[in-house]
Amino acid sequence: MALSYYDVIAKYEPVLGLEVHVELNTKSKMFCGCSTIFGGEPNTQTCPVCLALPGALPTVNEKAIESTIKIGLALNCSIAPFSRFARKNYFYPDMPKNFQISQYDEPICVNGYVDVEIETDEGPKSFRIEIERVHMEEDTGKSLHVGGATGRIHGAEYSLLDYNRAGIPLVEIVTKIVPGTGKYAPEVAKAYVAELRDVLRSLGVSDVKMEQGSLRCDANVSLRLIGAQTLGTRSETKNVNSLRSVERAIRGEMIRHAELLNKGERVVQETRHFQEDTGLTRSGRSKEQAEDYRYFPEPDLVPVAPDATWIETLRAGLPERPSIHRKRLQEAWGVPDKEMAAMINADVLNIVEATVNLGADPTKARSWWLGEISRIANDKDVAITDLTIRPSDVAEIVALVNAGELTDKLARQVIEGVIAGEGGPAVIIAARGIKVVNDDGALMAAIEKVCAEQPETAEKIRNGHLPAAGALIGAVMKETKGQADAARVRTLLLTHLGQGE
Amino acid sequence: MSSLFRDDVANLARLARIEMSEEELVSLSNEFTVILDAVARVQEVAGADVEPTSHPLPLRNVFRSDVVIPSLTPDEALSGAPAQEESRFRVPQILGEEA
Amino acid sequence: MIHLSAAQMVAKLANGETTSVALTQAHLERINTVDADVHAFLFVDNEGALKQAAEVDAKRAAGEKLAPLAGVPLALKDVMTQKGIPTTAGSKILEGWRPPYDSTVVAKLKANNIVILGKTNMDEFAMGSSTENSAYGPTHNPWDLTRIPGGSGGGSSAALAAFEAPLAIGTDTGGSIRQPAAVTGTVGVKPTYGAVSRYGLIAFSSSLDQAGPCARTVLDAALLHEAIAGHDPKDSTSINAPVPQVVAAAKSGDVKGMKIGVVKELNGDGYQSGVRTRFEESLELLAAAGAEIVEVSAPNFEYALAAYYLIAPSECSSNLARFDAMRYGLRIGDVDGASAESVMNLTREIGFGREVKRRIILGTYALSSGYYDAYYGSAQKVRTLITQDFNRAFEKCDVMVSPTCPTTAFKIGEKSNDPIAMYLNDIATIPVNMAGIGGMSLPAGLAPEDGLPVGFQIMAPAMQDQRMYLVGAALEAALLTKWGAPLLSQAPALAGK
Ligand SMILES: [Mg+2]
Ligand SMILES: [Zn+2]
Repeated sequence: MALSYYDVIAKYEPVLGLEVHVELNTKSKMFCGCSTIFGGEPNTQTCPVCLALPGALPTVNEKAIESTIKIGLALNCSIAPFSRFARKNYFYPDMPKNFQISQYDEPICVNGYVDVEIETDEGPKSFRIEIERVHMEEDTGKSLHVGGATGRIHGAEYSLLDYNRAGIPLVEIVTKIVPGTGKYAPEVAKAYVAELRDVLRSLGVSDVKMEQGSLRCDANVSLRLIGAQTLGTRSETKNVNSLRSVERAIRGEMIRHAELLNKGERVVQETRHFQEDTGLTRSGRSKEQAEDYRYFPEPDLVPVAPDATWIETLRAGLPERPSIHRKRLQEAWGVPDKEMAAMINADVLNIVEATVNLGADPTKARSWWLGEISRIANDKDVAITDLTIRPSDVAEIVALVNAGELTDKLARQVIEGVIAGEGGPAVIIAARGIKVVNDDGALMAAIEKVCAEQPETAEKIRNGHLPAAGALIGAVMKETKGQADAARVRTLLLTHLGQGE
Repeated sequence: MSSLFRDDVANLARLARIEMSEEELVSLSNEFTVILDAVARVQEVAGADVEPTSHPLPLRNVFRSDVVIPSLTPDEALSGAPAQEESRFRVPQILGEEA
Repeated sequence: MIHLSAAQMVAKLANGETTSVALTQAHLERINTVDADVHAFLFVDNEGALKQAAEVDAKRAAGEKLAPLAGVPLALKDVMTQKGIPTTAGSKILEGWRPPYDSTVVAKLKANNIVILGKTNMDEFAMGSSTENSAYGPTHNPWDLTRIPGGSGGGSSAALAAFEAPLAIGTDTGGSIRQPAAVTGTVGVKPTYGAVSRYGLIAFSSSLDQAGPCARTVLDAALLHEAIAGHDPKDSTSINAPVPQVVAAAKSGDVKGMKIGVVKELNGDGYQSGVRTRFEESLELLAAAGAEIVEVSAPNFEYALAAYYLIAPSECSSNLARFDAMRYGLRIGDVDGASAESVMNLTREIGFGREVKRRIILGTYALSSGYYDAYYGSAQKVRTLITQDFNRAFEKCDVMVSPTCPTTAFKIGEKSNDPIAMYLNDIATIPVNMAGIGGMSLPAGLAPEDGLPVGFQIMAPAMQDQRMYLVGAALEAALLTKWGAPLLSQAPALAGK
């Protein structure tokens, strides 16, 4: 019988530590001129440097340094006046040099923080996540496991290596330990990753697509008895690839640790892998087998020592902080706190903003994205951003509704069509023959037909019982296949039954 | 006196991914006793007040601009591959964890 | 014709007395005649060299403006990548590998229309002082075929001494250009670190490795130096400044008023008596040429060897990790059910020679957690102290000098079972690499007791490489006057061939 989350938090305090890896969106790789475009044919974006051919040497991409400094500044870090690359030595076939160029004891950005706000039982509450360091490194290649049942590494007969991703610039953002989140630990972690993602997106330094792996999170979790000072043993869950998974992985690890501790067993310090399907983690490499990385300063590169002018120029160019931006949007749109929180929680704020920027009314834009479209995404169990519908489609639909060319009901049909991949709103309207029936003659014919079919209801209305009109309006709408404007139908019906003004 | 035992050498060989015979482990650990004694001399003068030099040049901030340059052709990239398949390097099964 | 200097060959090419094809052909024939004895080459590119030579001749005939050394043949140390040409670094692990790219040095040689004859033998991954560590068998010293030609660049130095090539490329991590030059009676220069691009140089120890010219005369070395030096954006540690005027310095050889500092610590116990005799004699000749001889002290040089044998193995343990049987080179043990890890382990066991494995293990140890500070960290501090010694000494003198090596060439096999004795060969050359400054070795004559060449080392401050050429040219001229003919004309081993 699994412990309940309530049992866990009644006894233990979770302590978090989060490491986020971000692929930068530079045009060329971190240490060579190969293209970073996603999805190229295997090994077409490789050269002597990123294949680690004998004799090849790395050179540093200036844009990557600039992006990293921007990230550090946006996360309130100090930028080190002197920093260096270091080699992290370990063997792995998808890492061509068998060392990763990273940073070790001299990272480029240190000591920052991020404030995140979440809904708690006592209302919105802010948590400060302290950042220990932000450093630069490089990604590995991709292996394809052949043979065996699943394409997974276990049971494969051999592997095929593609080094197109080897050397893509990565930035690693590491928090200090995060105590004090109590039962909100999973939500705080999720909010932190979401905030990072928004900051990175606003900086324009990364595609921040968790599904494509351009933003990935490693979550360290440990438990200690409430009131205890010493830290418990932590586990590190690797490559958690969605916001929802961050929450699930941490909650799951908290329960797993508590079960072990309650039984008097010890938590093993190890890496674990999150499994989307079960929401559980699987054991990876334990600390006992861990490598000795033998870090030392990368002798093929020279130190990075950004001068104050460069840093200040970058600082001056930083965009508005997402939290401030959100406050400004909320004011401009006149949205209550709760609605705002709902948009943030459903992750539609950016998309609503884009829709508004294309001319849609904020209230309408919000209600479509948060309502109908979110519902479809939920039904399909996909992220809203994975649907084919774009802000421009919604802005177009809102405009058509405003112009009286679509009713809300018809608009829903159009949205469904766009998501089904039938094309843009105009194409769907034409193809499906969707149009609002504005012809009073046609409407009157339907009204007369309906009144004749339901004489008792019609009589009630004649006698002033207006709530009964709904049933007849519904029948008329059905008669006109939903293409009528319900408000117009109501006016005509009431006039017809002697209740017009 | 610094020395390295057979098991130390075995562990280093594992880290360095070099298979070693028993005989090689033993003879290397014997040699290392001598070599380490010789190199440990550096500690005689390496006081806390001495700055380490990791590099002979005082260079700083050597960067290249973010410009794509042509990669090798896949044929060139794979020209040295001991085995290949579908334009990828074919390697024996990778044990251990998924990276 | 093969006994001429490169500068003399250039003159004959210019006035039409010979062609690059004829010159190249003559050297290929010489290689064919003597290399079975010397074993300087691992690969001879007969076809490619003649094709390159024909192209230069055509350009010359068409009146194109050519680089100073255009059409002159050269031997390339097998540690430099050359597109499509087998490149092994003397290791079995790279047997059969043909790089898909040119090193920057090779690109510059090609741009200068220098004809590349082939690849020369070396200690595996440049680790050694005798070329006995080559996976492809030792190279023999043309002065005495039972003796070592120095290392790691023994193939390049032997090729020069055996008149198989007038020019060669070497690389010097702890003396691998200068020590082979010393024991073969040739000239070798390690330029200031960063003067010549390392792009395409198969790394041994990145913070110490530096490529440089090997030749039979100081002027030839200078001509080659200017051809290969210069800033390279592909090497982040390359110096972005004009190349020193080394050819002008080699032509001038004027040392009047120069202060030459004799390093007290590099000339005493442990140095063979004939080495000291020739060294003293050279100092007298330089004094006679107008230089002032002063004594300087470098108290921390005695720690250089220990620091070197921590830094170089540490860096090499990381640099050589890429030889893992996955993407290129040897692959051993790829049988059904084998894992990538077992194939890596077996390939590295079989593919690396004993000295390479010894250094990888030593470096792995020196970098491992818990030992880093005591070993690698302390070695880095010694590096600072050595640099400070040089800086203090260069306040008192313009160049520093010493014998290049403590002894003349020893017998093949004599020291192969004693790593420490072998390492002592480089005691006088290593400080230069540690500080990243320039060093040159040129012949100072023969040791009376064994009739073998002795090297004279000149060290100059960083980016002042021209000073070595001034002093080297002065000493060379004085010695030539004394001997009446180049030293190499006395080499007995290949007489008659
Ligand atoms: Mg990392
Ligand atoms: Zn590349």
